[in-house]
Amino acid sequence: MSPLTTSPAEAVGLIVRMRVVSQAIAPNLTAVLKIAREQVDAMIAHAWEDHPDEACGVIIGLEGSDVPTRLVRMINAERSPTFFRFEPQEQFALYKQMSAAGEEIVVVYHSHTATEAYPSRIDISLASEPQAHYVIVSTAQSGPSEGPVSVRSFRIVDGAVTEEEIQVTE
Amino acid sequence: MSVEVRIPTVLRTYTGGQKAVHGNGATLQEVLDDIEERNPGLKDRIVEAETLRRFVNIYVNDEDVRFSGGLNAPTSDGDVVVVLPAVAGG
Repeated sequence: MSPLTTSPAEAVGLIVRMRVVSQAIAPNLTAVLKIAREQVDAMIAHAWEDHPDEACGVIIGLEGSDVPTRLVRMINAERSPTFFRFEPQEQFALYKQMSAAGEEIVVVYHSHTATEAYPSRIDISLASEPQAHYVIVSTAQSGPSEGPVSVRSFRIVDGAVTEEEIQVTE
Repeated sequence: MSVEVRIPTVLRTYTGGQKAVHGNGATLQEVLDDIEERNPGLKDRIVEAETLRRFVNIYVNDEDVRFSGGLNAPTSDGDVVVVLPAVAGG
């Protein structure tokens, strides 16, 4: 991947509140997303490439590990600046791969291209991966190329949104 | 023998945490009715007004049931049904 002039350290606000998430549903997860810098870079690059349409994808890891290891770009079947949906056959193929390998979705990411990096009402109502970190990349400021982006992570369980810290590892 | 129904994480609250449950029936509808008896509330998360919910994808042996009869899709012993919520948002 080509070097990015906006470093993720600038792009990612290393801020954020920690709150206890639903331990009953996700006992091994904590209110922190630990993620490699190259994966943050890859999500941002994908968001830039697809701007002004929303980009979407996942980072998968071993089941129960809460460690995101392999980023997979998914087709946005909606090809829309305001909506995304994984292409069903592609999602099913990924499901089969993950089942066979004992993997699961650790991160679901998508971009917002005109609004802030916060879950929309429809993001909340359709969220169906309670074990996952929902990462949103906003390209509202940067547009389709290098410039300021914001990257934030959330848990979305039963309609409740909890923002969490992103810890970027080298 | 029976039909195995794989349950996504988000719906395992209805199956006592089980990743898969088993049911009998000659159609998807019958299988869902059968497993509903032991897992009350599950069917309502998959079916709405007698049709499949828009943001739930279901596969019988790798075939998307939207193209094979929906709730009337045929099932038989040994089949595997996968329930997969769409990943979508705005």
